[in-house]
Amino acid sequence: MCATELRPATLRSVWLLTGLAGMGVALVVGVMLGPVSLGPVAIVRELLDRLPLIEVASGLDEREAVILWELRMPRVVLAGLVGAMLALSGAAYQGVFRNPLADPYLLGVAAGAGLGATVAIAYFPASSQWPVDPLPLAAFAGALVAVFATYTLGRSGARSRTASTLILAGVAMASFLTALQTYVQQRESDTLRQVFAWILGQLTTASWPQVTLVLPYLVVSAIVILSHRRLLDVMAVGDEEADSLGVDTRRIRLLIVIAASLGTAAAVSVSGLIAFVGIIVPHTVRLLLGASYRIVLPLSLMLGAAFLILTDLAARTLISPAELPIGVITAVLGAPFFLVVLRRSRSIT
Amino acid sequence: MDRTHTHYGRNELRIAQLFTAVIVVVGLLAVACGSSPAPNSPASAPAEVAGFPVTLDSAAGRVEIATEPERIVSLSPTATEMLFAIDAGGQVVAVDDQSDYPQEVPTTELSGYEPNVEAIASYEPDLIVMDAAPPALQRSFRKLEIPLLLQPAPTDISGTYEQLEELGVATGRVEEAEVLVSEMRAEIDELIAALPTLDEPPTYYHELDDTYFTVTSETFIGEIYSLVGLENIADEAKGAGSGYPQLSPEYIIESDPDLIFLADTECCGQSAETVAERAGWDRIAAVHNGHVVELSDDVASRWGPRVVDLLRNVADAVAALEG
Repeated sequence: MCATELRPATLRSVWLLTGLAGMGVALVVGVMLGPVSLGPVAIVRELLDRLPLIEVASGLDEREAVILWELRMPRVVLAGLVGAMLALSGAAYQGVFRNPLADPYLLGVAAGAGLGATVAIAYFPASSQWPVDPLPLAAFAGALVAVFATYTLGRSGARSRTASTLILAGVAMASFLTALQTYVQQRESDTLRQVFAWILGQLTTASWPQVTLVLPYLVVSAIVILSHRRLLDVMAVGDEEADSLGVDTRRIRLLIVIAASLGTAAAVSVSGLIAFVGIIVPHTVRLLLGASYRIVLPLSLMLGAAFLILTDLAARTLISPAELPIGVITAVLGAPFFLVVLRRSRSIT
Repeated sequence: MDRTHTHYGRNELRIAQLFTAVIVVVGLLAVACGSSPAPNSPASAPAEVAGFPVTLDSAAGRVEIATEPERIVSLSPTATEMLFAIDAGGQVVAVDDQSDYPQEVPTTELSGYEPNVEAIASYEPDLIVMDAAPPALQRSFRKLEIPLLLQPAPTDISGTYEQLEELGVATGRVEEAEVLVSEMRAEIDELIAALPTLDEPPTYYHELDDTYFTVTSETFIGEIYSLVGLENIADEAKGAGSGYPQLSPEYIIESDPDLIFLADTECCGQSAETVAERAGWDRIAAVHNGHVVELSDDVASRWGPRVVDLLRNVADAVAALEG
C-alpha cells in the first residue's frame, strides 16, 4: 500500500538519535513544566542530588519534592510508556493487516476495556477493602477477552484466514461489547460521568504503582513486536507472496496481534482510551522516513512516547490548575491529521 | 476495496463517538451535576391564595395547574426530597431511580437522565417535576397536556427556598412550604452565628470523585461553603469555564487545604484512609491534621432540605479546626 515510498530500509543512526533526542526533550520539558512552578534550576539540582555521590541542596521544600517525585515524574513516565505502546501497537497492526488505518483498538481492545471499566465503576467501586484498584484489572481483562473472542471468531468462520476477516470480526465484537457497555451504563446512570471520563482517557491519577503494573507487559510486547520488524517488511508485499518466501504469515500475525493487544490492554487499563496516537505517530514516521518497518517500528515507539508526554503536558497546563481530558487533545490534533492520511492513502490505493 | 470501505466507516464512527463523548461529558458536567445556572431563575410569584388553578413561571416557561395534583411524578431526587418535606409525599405516585430519600418514596425504574415519555405517561401524572428536560421532552409533555415544573440546580440557598415555595404553590402545600423555609433559615442562621471567628478564612477542597473533579464557589455547593466563610482552592480554576473543573493533583497538594470534604464516599469508595494513602497527600494539612470530612454523596449533590445537614457537617468541621 505504501510500497511506492520505500526508501532506505535500514534505520540510520541519525534517525535513531533524532528519535532518542525527541524522547529526551519531551521527558525534560514534561518534568520541568506543570501546574505548580518548581523552577527549572531547582529541579535540575534535585535530580542531581538523587544521583549517587552527589549532594546538592535543591532548594525544593518537602512538599515540592513530593510533587516532583510522586506526582509529576510517574505521570511523565506513564505518559511516555502509554504513548510508546499505543504508537508501536498501531504501527504493528497496520503492518499485519496491511491497512494504513488500523489502530491498536481495532480488534475490540477499546470496547472490551470499556466494558470492563464500566462494570468495575458500576459494581465494584474502589475502596480500602480492595488490595488493588479493580478498575485497571477489569479493563485489562475485558480487553484481552475481547481480542481473544475476535481472534477465535475471525479464524473459525472463514475458509481463507485473511486479515480482513479478522478486522470484520473485530468490528462485530466491538459493536457487541459497546452495546453491553452502554446497557450497564444506562442501568447505573449515576456512574455516567466516571465512565465518560475514563473513555476520554486520563493520566491525572498516575502513580509509580501504575508504572510498575504495566511496565512488564509493555517491555515484553515491545520486544516481540520489534523483533519482527524485518518479517513485517516481507509481509507488506502480501500473504501469498510472503508464504512463498517461506514466511508463516498466519503464525506471525497471531504472535504480533497477541503482543500488540497485550501491550495495548495494559496501557489502556491505566490510561483509559486515548484515541489517535496509534495512527498519528506511525503515519508521521512513514510520511517523513518511508514505510519500512525497520524504521517505522522503533521510531514510532520513541515518537509515541514524546507525543503523549507533550500532549499530557498540554492537558495539565493549558487551563491549569484545572485539567483537560487528554483524549480530547489527541483527538483535536488527531482528527484533522487523520483526514490528511485518509486522503493520501486513498490516492495510493 | 471492501476492506478499506468497512474501515473508513469504523473510524468515522470512532470520531463521531469521540465527539459525542466530549459533548456528553460537557453536557453531563453542566446538567447532571447541576452546574447550569438557572437560565431564568424561577421567579415564582407565590400565589396570594392557595386555591387552584394556579399559574407558575417556572424555568420551562408558564405552567398551569388546574386542580390540586394527586398523581405527581418526580424525576429529580432533590424535588422528591422537597415534596416529602412539605408534606406533599402522599400526592407523589412515582419517583425516578435516583430518588432514594426519604425511605418511603415510591422509587421506580423511571430515569431522569434518559426520560422515557411513554413510561412516565403510564403513571398518568397530573404534574411532573424535573431538574432538567430537553426541549423535545418539554414539547411531548405539552402535547400530552401534563404540566411540567422544571427546577434546575440553583446557584445559592435562596434558590432552594424559592423552589420549595414554588412546590408549595404547585401542590397546595403553601403553608407547609413556608414553615419549612423559615425553619431552615433559622437553623442556618443559628449554625452560622455559632461559628468560631477565624483570623483567616480556612481553605477547602471538595472532592466529587477520585479523579479530582471538584466544584468552584460559583456552584450551589460552593456557595454553601462560602456561607460558612471557607475559601475554595478550586476558584483558581475558574478559567476552565465550568463550575466543575478537574484539578491537577500537584495543585491540590501545593494549595495545602485546611479541610477536605469527600463527596465521593459512595460512588468511589473514598475515605479519610484512602486519601491518606494517595502518593504525596499526607503532606496536606487537612490530611495530617485529621480534617478530612466524609460526606454523603447524595446530600452533598442535592439542593433540598438536607442542605441544613450538610451545612451542619461543614460547620462542625470548621469548629474542629479551632480545637
